[in-house]
Amino acid sequence: MSVGANKKAGWFVKGTILVVCFIWLFPTLGVLVTSFRPAAEANTSGWWTTITKPFDTAQWTLENYRTVLDASGFNNALLNSLAVAIPATVMPITMAAFAAYAFSWMEFRGRQVLFVVVVALMVVPLQMALIPILRLYNGGAELFGITVFPDLDLNGTFLGIWLAHTAFGLPLATYLLRNYIGSLPSSIIESAKMDGADHFTIFTRLIVPLSVPALAAFTIFQFLWVWNDLLVAYVFLGGTSDNRVVTIALQMLSGARGQDWHVLTAAAFVTMALPLAVFFSLQRYFVRGLTAGAVKG
Amino acid sequence: MALLLTIYLCFWLGPALLTGWLAAERGRSPRLWFALGLLFGLFALLAVGLAPRTERPVDGGDFEKLFRAVVAVVVVVVLPLLVSWAFDFTKSRDANRLAIVAVAIALGVLGVFALFWVMDQIVDRLPRGWRETVRPYVFVGPAVAVLSVFLIYPVVNTILISFKDRRGDRWVGLDNYEFVFTDPSMLRSLRNTAMWIVVVPAVALVVGLLFATLADRLQRGESIAKSVIFLPMAISFVGAAVTFRLIYSYRPEGFGSNVGVLNAIWTALGNEPVAWLTQRPWNNLLLMVIMIWMQTGFAMVVLSSAIKAIPDEIIEAARIDGASEWQVFRHITVPSILPTITVVTTYMVINALKVFDIVFVMGAPENNGTEVVAERMLTWFFTRQNQGYGAAVAVVLFIAVIPVMIANVRRFRAEEAIR
Repeated sequence: MSVGANKKAGWFVKGTILVVCFIWLFPTLGVLVTSFRPAAEANTSGWWTTITKPFDTAQWTLENYRTVLDASGFNNALLNSLAVAIPATVMPITMAAFAAYAFSWMEFRGRQVLFVVVVALMVVPLQMALIPILRLYNGGAELFGITVFPDLDLNGTFLGIWLAHTAFGLPLATYLLRNYIGSLPSSIIESAKMDGADHFTIFTRLIVPLSVPALAAFTIFQFLWVWNDLLVAYVFLGGTSDNRVVTIALQMLSGARGQDWHVLTAAAFVTMALPLAVFFSLQRYFVRGLTAGAVKG
Repeated sequence: MALLLTIYLCFWLGPALLTGWLAAERGRSPRLWFALGLLFGLFALLAVGLAPRTERPVDGGDFEKLFRAVVAVVVVVVLPLLVSWAFDFTKSRDANRLAIVAVAIALGVLGVFALFWVMDQIVDRLPRGWRETVRPYVFVGPAVAVLSVFLIYPVVNTILISFKDRRGDRWVGLDNYEFVFTDPSMLRSLRNTAMWIVVVPAVALVVGLLFATLADRLQRGESIAKSVIFLPMAISFVGAAVTFRLIYSYRPEGFGSNVGVLNAIWTALGNEPVAWLTQRPWNNLLLMVIMIWMQTGFAMVVLSSAIKAIPDEIIEAARIDGASEWQVFRHITVPSILPTITVVTTYMVINALKVFDIVFVMGAPENNGTEVVAERMLTWFFTRQNQGYGAAVAVVLFIAVIPVMIANVRRFRAEEAIR
């Protein structure tokens, strides 16, 4: 677009960009290459030495991935990560979309005040919520002798971590979706009402299809946030071999076998594979989602 | 009609009693589960349409009434059992993990949709005058409920706990805060976090801005170059930490060869290998590099789109007037994108403030002097089981973001005023 207006890139600009790109790719490349090297080689020579004989098949192996998936339990951890991440993405987005619609197109008392509260909650550090939620999960809460939050024994359960992630994702989701849904032309909503559609129908048949770009962007943001999260999973799901998600499994492996680079890099790459796939296939939405997430705390 | 009413009551109370009994069998509160059963039964009856609607009473012939009754029975009896079974199944230890995961995903995803649908169905059956008054609260209700229980209540509760002892039983006044501001390790964490929130955003911003400006001039390959810088954003902090542990890797003499790039370069220059991650205070900088690597792409992408939004005419005019490239950058580009720079900086400062995973995965923060505030919070509350200390540290973090919170609300108010 602005190509004509700009000065052409000289060799200096091109060179600088190449060097920076190389530096930025170097760490990931190191993990990827090391993960395919046999244990003996990976732990005795730097991964960059492979470049001298890249077609020597003896220096490549898939054994590390087999070890990681089977022996180190990453198979199970991958499943757990999916079981955490999918509902923990769908739940906040559904709730936020309904709330955003109400904030934009429905009249009710307290609308403004409630939304200001949502805006304020966006930057609350989730560290503020960890201790009380854990106490709720382990013993419920009583107010003047009345149980206001029952002891549901949610600690270490999927429902427990879904709810926590839902709460941490909701303020941003509600804020972004309200900005988007609120900017849809009012004429289409008015005409749908004229045709006798109720709010539920307008929402599901009209608003949701029209908001697909915003929903997709936030879906990717939230999914990656949950997938890559260590803190919330560590506190609410824990590190048992049944329950743990990939980030926890990697963190524990890093502690237990910190010098076994062949296994550790393969494990790291297993945790990165899905986010990287999302990145490469949905880059446009991905960037939009992350840049929209800039207002989150 | 009386018969229909009897059927209702049977199918409403029956499952509720059943869930209560099942709960008692499993050592859970029978009263709670009875109440939940009642509530759910009511939902189901209303949803199936057996309960009288104000305007549209159950119409159709006897056959349809019978059919609806059968459906209601199935829904009321089978669904609670199914949900209860699904919950227990996701907690079971010996079942096939794939099946557990499938059930959990179905439960979470379908559950939230069902919640809204059923509530909307109930609103449809309220008296006409109430419906449109109640419906907005049904739409915002779940979000507000979750936010109240999982964010607003915890904020208040954490502030209270920060004045109590390690188990949250006894008031201890300001003792926890005294600890936060006197303990040597805590003080180091405060100092380190202060460094994190200055160094990481500053470097990421400068590198990101320069890269965006330079990449803007490429005729070909701009998007590829930007993707490369942005890519680490997709990776988890844990993954990034492991990635850089390989770079910083060190093995003392006799424990194998050094496979880390940094030591390879260092020894090639004729030095002895160094245990980089224990070199105080430089190891902090090495950890910050990880976050800079991850966040620069974000700054770059956002700033790049802001740069592209600057009208070409302005830049053209400046060049015709003889401005050098540096002058264009300094006096036109930077001032034009200043609001974006503020947003990006705020975001990165808050992120750096809450950094936890990198330090945690690198290990031994107390021995290496790499403690940060968010990491101390988890160490004290989770590893060392002292809720008072943990809460006090969390409150320190909270106070640090309050200015941003106020700024956000102000900006929102201003935007609403011109809407």
